[in-house]
Order: sequence, then C-alpha cells, then structure tokens
Amino acid sequence: MTFDQILFYCLAAIAIISALMVITRRNPVHSAMFLITTLFSVAGIYLQLHAEFLAAVQVIVYVGGIMVLFLFVIMLVNLEVVSTERRFNKQWIIALIASAVLLVEFGYVIVRGGKSSLLPPVTGPAQDLTRKNSEQIGLMLYQNYMLPFEIASLLLLVAIIGAVILAKRRLASDK
Amino acid sequence: MVTTTEYLILAAALFTIGVIGVLTRRNIIIIFMSIELILNAVNINLVAFSNYWQQFTGQIYALFVITVAAAEAAVGLGIIIALFRNKETVNADEIDLLKW
Repeated sequence: MTFDQILFYCLAAIAIISALMVITRRNPVHSAMFLITTLFSVAGIYLQLHAEFLAAVQVIVYVGGIMVLFLFVIMLVNLEVVSTERRFNKQWIIALIASAVLLVEFGYVIVRGGKSSLLPPVTGPAQDLTRKNSEQIGLMLYQNYMLPFEIASLLLLVAIIGAVILAKRRLASDK
Repeated sequence: MVTTTEYLILAAALFTIGVIGVLTRRNIIIIFMSIELILNAVNINLVAFSNYWQQFTGQIYALFVITVAAAEAAVGLGIIIALFRNKETVNADEIDLLKW
C-alpha cells in the first residue's frame, strides 16, 4: 500500500463518517460542523487528484462562505423544541429502501463499467494537470468557457437579489 | 496509485448518504446540508474523470457546480428565513400549504 492510498482511505473514511454524522445529529450546529469536516476531506481528495485550485476554492467558498451562511441561518431560526422532537419523518423506512436500491444501482454500474471500455477515448491532446494548475484553469475559463463564465456571474447576481428579496422583512406600508 | 473506480465508489457513497438525508430528515436546514453533500459527491466524480482523462474540463465544470451551489444556498436560506417568519417552524413535514 502506497502513501497515496493510505491518504486516500483516511480522507474517504473521514468524509463518509462525518457525512453520516451530518444526517444523524440532532443539533443542526453539530451537523454543520461535521459537514465542514467532510468538505475539508473532499478538498484533500481534490489535492490528490491534481486539482489544487479547486481545493482552494472548495475551502474558501464552501467552508468560508456557504457554511458561515448556514450557521447564520441556524442561529436565526434555531428553536428550543428542535432538541426534543423527532429527527426523522414518517416515511423514513420507505426512504431507506429507496436509497438502498439507489446504492445497489451505483454498485452495479461501477462494477460493470469499471473494467469495460465503454468510456470514449479522449478527444484532443492530453493536458498536463500537474503543472501550473491555476494558470491553466484561468486560461481555459477565459478562452474556451467565456459564455458559461458570464452566465455564472449573472446567476450569482440573480441569487443575490433573490436572497435579499426573500429574506427582507415585509413592511406594513407595502402590501 | 488510487484508481478512478475508488473515487467513484466514494462519490457514490457520499451521494447516497446525501439522498438518505434529504429523504428522511425533518429539519429543513439539514435537508439543505444533505443537498450540499450530493453536490460534493458529483464534484468528486467530475474531478476524478478530469484526472483520468488528463483534461481540465472536469475541473472547470466542478467550479461551475460550486458556483451554482453558492447561489442555491443563498436563495434557499432566504426561503428558509421567509418560511420561518410565516410558519414558525423549520420542519419540512409541517409546511404543507399545498396539501389537502
């Protein structure tokens, strides 16, 4: 077993265990903390896959931005009753069966597809992922993916306005 | 050397955990966190295939997924705040205005 594999299995174990913690904890703040652990180990897995820029974005945007937003909202809406009432809804047995079916499907696809040559060959020359990661991503983003990049900026603008409108307190003067 | 299949298995496990969270939990905030888990699982797949084919396209796609996740979190949490203000609850099964 190489160092790579040991690192991968450690990160994967941390990710899966804390993901399980996210969906089983009673207190939403604990769930958020375990989700942060999962996001960090996923960032580590990105580093293993030579996606250094994406790992940094994962830590900055997810952990630094989205999770802080989550914690803000938990603080805003947290109720005392949350600690006493049921955690799971009534249809949890059916939900678990459906999820088990989903997992079996995934397993089937991975086992069947793992050794076959169903994947089409690479079109275009292979790029060197290991060197100048941020520079190459930046170049591709501004050359090949200019339109999606602009659409993403528009999406973020819409999301900003939408979040402000939705969370705004209704004044008595405007109906 | 870690094979692509192992990354796919990890992503499938995380995705399924996220689906279980969405389907079984009552607290709407934790349902939201489960959606983030699902998006992360998809990102692991994209980056794993980016590494498999030695192409940057997968990483750029994952970047866009993170953008969409940020937008979705902002709008979704705004909806949660608006709901909480009107219904005084964060339980998904108590928000049943469209059900009769």
